[in-house]
Amino acid sequence: MPSRRINIVKNLDWVTIGIYLFLVIMGWFSIYGAVYNFEEAPFWDLSFRYGKQLVWIGCALVIGAVLLMLDSRLYNMLAYALFAAMLFLLLLTIFVAPEIKGSRSWLVLGPVSIQPAEFAKTATCLALAKFMSEPGYSISRPRHWIMTALIILMPMILIVFQQETGSALVYSCLLLVLYREGMNGIFLFLGFLLVVIFIVSIRFGSVCVIPELPDESYGLLIVMGIALIVQCAFLVIFMRDKKSASILMGASIVLFLIGYIVYKTFGYPVPFTYIGYAAIIGSFVLCLVMRIKERMRGYLLIGLFGLACIGISSMADKAFDSLMPHQQTRIKVTLGMENDPKKAGYNVNQSMIAIGSGGLVGKGFLNGTQTKLKYVPEQDTDFIFCTVGEEHGFIGATLVLGLFLFLLIRLIMLAERQRSLFSRIYGYCVASIFFFHLFINIGMVIGLTPVIGIPLPFFSYGGSSLWGFTILLFIFLRLDASRMEYFG
Amino acid sequence: MTNDIYANRRFVIAALMLSVVLIYIARLINLQLVDQTYQDKADSNAYLRKVQFPARGIIRDRNDKVLVFNKLSYDVMVVPREMNGFDTLEFCRSVNITKKDFIDKVREMRNRVGYSRYTPQLLIAQLDAHDYGVLQEKSFLYPGMYLQKRTLREYNYPNAALLLGSIGEVGRNTLKADTIDHFYVPGDYAGQNGVELTYEKDLRGEKGEEIFLRDAHGRIQGKLEDGLYDKESKPGKDLQLSIDIDLQAYGERLMQNKVGSIAAIDPSTGEILALVSSPTYDPSLLVGRKRSENYDILVNDPLKPLFDRPMMACYPPGSTFKTVNALVLQQEKIISQWTAFPCSEGYHVGSFKVGCHAHFSPLNLIQSIQHSCNAYYCAGFRNMMDNRKYKNISNAFEVWKNHVVSLGFGYKLGADVPNEKRGYIPNSGVYDRIYGEGRWKSLMIVSNSIGQGEILATPLQIANLAATIANRGYYIVPHLVKKIEGREIDSCYLQKKVSTIDSIYFETVVEGMDLVMKNGTGWAARIDSIEVCGKTGTAQNPHGEDHSLFMAFAPKKDPKIAICVVVENSGFGATWAAPIATLMMEKYLKGYIPKRRLYLEERMLNANLLPK
Repeated sequence: MPSRRINIVKNLDWVTIGIYLFLVIMGWFSIYGAVYNFEEAPFWDLSFRYGKQLVWIGCALVIGAVLLMLDSRLYNMLAYALFAAMLFLLLLTIFVAPEIKGSRSWLVLGPVSIQPAEFAKTATCLALAKFMSEPGYSISRPRHWIMTALIILMPMILIVFQQETGSALVYSCLLLVLYREGMNGIFLFLGFLLVVIFIVSIRFGSVCVIPELPDESYGLLIVMGIALIVQCAFLVIFMRDKKSASILMGASIVLFLIGYIVYKTFGYPVPFTYIGYAAIIGSFVLCLVMRIKERMRGYLLIGLFGLACIGISSMADKAFDSLMPHQQTRIKVTLGMENDPKKAGYNVNQSMIAIGSGGLVGKGFLNGTQTKLKYVPEQDTDFIFCTVGEEHGFIGATLVLGLFLFLLIRLIMLAERQRSLFSRIYGYCVASIFFFHLFINIGMVIGLTPVIGIPLPFFSYGGSSLWGFTILLFIFLRLDASRMEYFG
Repeated sequence: MTNDIYANRRFVIAALMLSVVLIYIARLINLQLVDQTYQDKADSNAYLRKVQFPARGIIRDRNDKVLVFNKLSYDVMVVPREMNGFDTLEFCRSVNITKKDFIDKVREMRNRVGYSRYTPQLLIAQLDAHDYGVLQEKSFLYPGMYLQKRTLREYNYPNAALLLGSIGEVGRNTLKADTIDHFYVPGDYAGQNGVELTYEKDLRGEKGEEIFLRDAHGRIQGKLEDGLYDKESKPGKDLQLSIDIDLQAYGERLMQNKVGSIAAIDPSTGEILALVSSPTYDPSLLVGRKRSENYDILVNDPLKPLFDRPMMACYPPGSTFKTVNALVLQQEKIISQWTAFPCSEGYHVGSFKVGCHAHFSPLNLIQSIQHSCNAYYCAGFRNMMDNRKYKNISNAFEVWKNHVVSLGFGYKLGADVPNEKRGYIPNSGVYDRIYGEGRWKSLMIVSNSIGQGEILATPLQIANLAATIANRGYYIVPHLVKKIEGREIDSCYLQKKVSTIDSIYFETVVEGMDLVMKNGTGWAARIDSIEVCGKTGTAQNPHGEDHSLFMAFAPKKDPKIAICVVVENSGFGATWAAPIATLMMEKYLKGYIPKRRLYLEERMLNANLLPK
């Protein structure tokens, strides 16, 4: 075997490093544009954020280089220890951190303050990769998937206690990794369905079906409709039972049609929700009968599914009410239920104005009026993408999106070429986390997802987040460079 | 690998990522390329546009005397959303208003069309320099306020209020109509009447604009591109009027304590020399913050000083109209200069009678004008209406009407003053409607021959008739404008409008009008050493005493001035209207009133003919 150093340089994926450097540099220019004021301070001036970010970038490069030089086996070996240490640090943070902007997530060590949550992601990914790559691991074994869930949930819960719900939500993206490693796709679908039911229940929870019965809302009705359709689909796909599916669908349609005709012709206020209940209970009874007749457990699950949907829908309101008021408004703004550009919707409205006014080619570097005049709050951190959209227009914004997509696809390709399971799982973890940040951050800036305060990787101002993402990525690059050496 | 059966799931995950990015790109296309409103919103966020108002054009009279000029005033503008911490009490004290006034002003501001919390809005208009100084000194107490320089009108003479017009806040209709050049915004000023309105586009100039950059907290952060996009305001064009302000002022003095009008025209050019509407008012009453208060007083005055009588009042022209009939009848060969009709103190047909005063009989055309004989025109007019060559009376009347219209009656003359009225000349259809088709006879409409009956004319139209006679056959549309800086005046004010009457027939009428002054109804008002041709008139008025009318031009050869004077409810034309008219002409032609006539001037000035 040739000397390890040459081996690393040769095997290192320079494409990814290239994208990384490009994004970091673009990010710095965006921060410079966002912070830039009319007083012209030199770009290295440390009293300004662009000056500080330059220092963070320098440190990040050093960290990256160090990580590349370490023995790749180290990451596998230290995974659990790091994870345990990180959990302890997160727990500690809850108690010792001062309250900054309503959250307790910053550890202040003299002049330096760091956000442990940004580093906990890496540790969690390592631990998850290590656990899932243990010989004999099977995600379908209860003992294993419960442990897997625990690894993901523990840091999540601790971060929620730090009042950083956004950072906690990031961990939900690890479901993608589980999916890749064999988790039944149905769970992904059910997770998606859960979000849909939640949104529908909130959005239409107070829209009356008919004016005569103000208590009946479209929310529940739509959820029941979705439940019935999904049940029929499940019956066909999993039970290959087209007959039951047709009976269920036909009967439900007939029930609702009768109700509709009675209401239209006689004006009798038909309680449509009760028709829905009847249909769902009917589906349950049907499935129960089939279960006994065919002796297949699947029927029971499908039957219970309908009841569960109703249950979730009725719990959605309570869950929503238990959110913080500002979180509730953010969700309402995204769903178009509240439209107050002066208050709750101010950020998003202003960021859409900034991006929208960029046009095709943008207003040019340092020429963005909305940026320069500070119309978008948090413009150098969570809303940094505005600066790109305003100053570099559609072309610049699409370029950034395209580069991120390229990075994600590249990471998946790299992960897939790993021989070691540990490396592959870790690679998918990295890709999923970048993806989630991209999805939420840019989504909120262009008004498609609720405002959840998580940074855009490499762009948003901040040492912790830049270092966190750098560590996350470079550990994987180190693992990838050694893919030929060890077998996991 | 142990679980490579799931290898294909990489494509599901990649597809998920790809679709999210594609959805976001689609959203960006919509935000940045399709929807253009964000650009406007960004501009209204970041740009504070301060308007620079141009100085309005100066208005001079025909002798270059300045009539209307500008003085500085300041409007208090506020950007409502930046008014946090506005020291209302101190503000009220500074500009001398009560807190209630302030609240009313704010309400008024909010209700104005086009109100926005983000752009400067007019709070209080027209502060003088002193109030400006006081406010400016403490401007730190009034966040969101700035003082906007404006110009107000100032007048050198207390005369010619209606023809000059005034400026005031633009109304909803003006704003709505302003679709082509989008010049006005609510709170702007524009000419409201008179030449200020007619020549608004010349006088107003071009607005300038300074664009400032404003940050999220409303603080000004310098100018956009260091003022690259700023626009200087361009001052309005100066205007020279054909009015002689001294003559105008003299006319207004002569008309004081009387209701009526004077219209004086230079026949050779159609330029209006004086346009008096009495009672009148000082134009400076309608300037500044007192405008609306004074406006209310004027509107409620029972003598209606805001009613532009020379342009808008329609009177029966009375005997002055006999000249028109003299022209038409000659042109139609119904009569000649030598045709004579008898008059036995009036015109009698059966029990029908039109009275006349005592004079010899029979008299010819020239004498009929000299003595203003009613019978002559009744007879002549009926001869025309009943003449076989027209087949029927309808045709005859239409021919008559067309001649009359060609002399400037029945339609707007087209003077450059808004709200001109057209007077009234009926056509045969009108009588068809009144009496039934073919069921009206010449006797029924005979009053038209002596300027009574259905016909109505404005003083300007009668003055224009005098000008047409002075020109022996044509007129130029009367107008107030003489010169506009930077452009020609409208060509319609340069073209001759030739009447349908041959020039030769005018000479007869001129001779008659000459005799009126030498030895006829206007004798008492004659001027020494100037040959004046005039015609008295007395318009019967169903509402009260007759209106006194007089039209004239002078000198007889190469006329320099044509005039019409109407004094309402004052009796015979010779008594009041004729002396006023000749005094005006003498003043204009000689520049002074000779001793012999000073008593007459005195009498006119002191007469109080207002309704009791």
